[in-house]
Amino acid sequence: MATVELQLSPQPHHVRTARLVGVAAARRAGLPDELVDELRWALGEACSRAVALHAAHAPDVPVRVLVREDSTGLTVEVIDQGPQGPPSGDGDLEALFEGDEVDPRVSLAVLGGLVDDIDITATAGGTTVRLRWPLPPRSV
Amino acid sequence: MDLSLEDRTEGDRTVVVVGGEIDVYTAPKLREKLIDLVSAGNYHLVVDMEAVEFLDSTGLGVLVGGLKRVRAHEGSLRLVCTQERILKIFRITGLTKVFPIHASVDEAVAASD
Repeated sequence: MATVELQLSPQPHHVRTARLVGVAAARRAGLPDELVDELRWALGEACSRAVALHAAHAPDVPVRVLVREDSTGLTVEVIDQGPQGPPSGDGDLEALFEGDEVDPRVSLAVLGGLVDDIDITATAGGTTVRLRWPLPPRSV
Repeated sequence: MDLSLEDRTEGDRTVVVVGGEIDVYTAPKLREKLIDLVSAGNYHLVVDMEAVEFLDSTGLGVLVGGLKRVRAHEGSLRLVCTQERILKIFRITGLTKVFPIHASVDEAVAASD
């Protein structure tokens, strides 16, 4: 089992760093190119959401990103300590774009559409987004 | 890759060519560009996204903000995009109903409002 863990202070440029690290870890784990690209978009979206929430509500707390590889697949977790907000499901996404701010629920909707295997869990202090991709069997 | 922004005039339309990554870091540059163009009286915008390599919900928010600004002047904001992953994000968020999306700049410039 191999794990990469990042702690990002909530500054926008670190989101790019997280994408690059995630892509490198996914390539090394043997994830097919098409899925590496999916991981890049999903990890970027999850980190953008978490960093924006922390910047607004918990500027001194880092966002945690874990990329974990085991025998069955690759798991990415983005763990934030931001407010959870109202549950999604009002169906009117256009109304979620107010001024220049984007409701964090838009981010979760995008993630749900990008990745098949996704879990969004409310934790004691925030939200954990868990994304998972199967890895092809390795020839030894 | 960083964000690249170029604009040119085609008839009464202003074409903004966006390249690279639109994320929480670079989206403010795109927002400034759209605000500058609208402030200078360009109310009919075509945003060419064919060279965009990444787009997150922050970028979507900037595009929606741009649309609201041009609408305030009875203008328009059309997108040019054929990349499946970006189109998917517009579909997921329902924004395909908000933005006219075209397959080429020529088609977007020729479209009537």
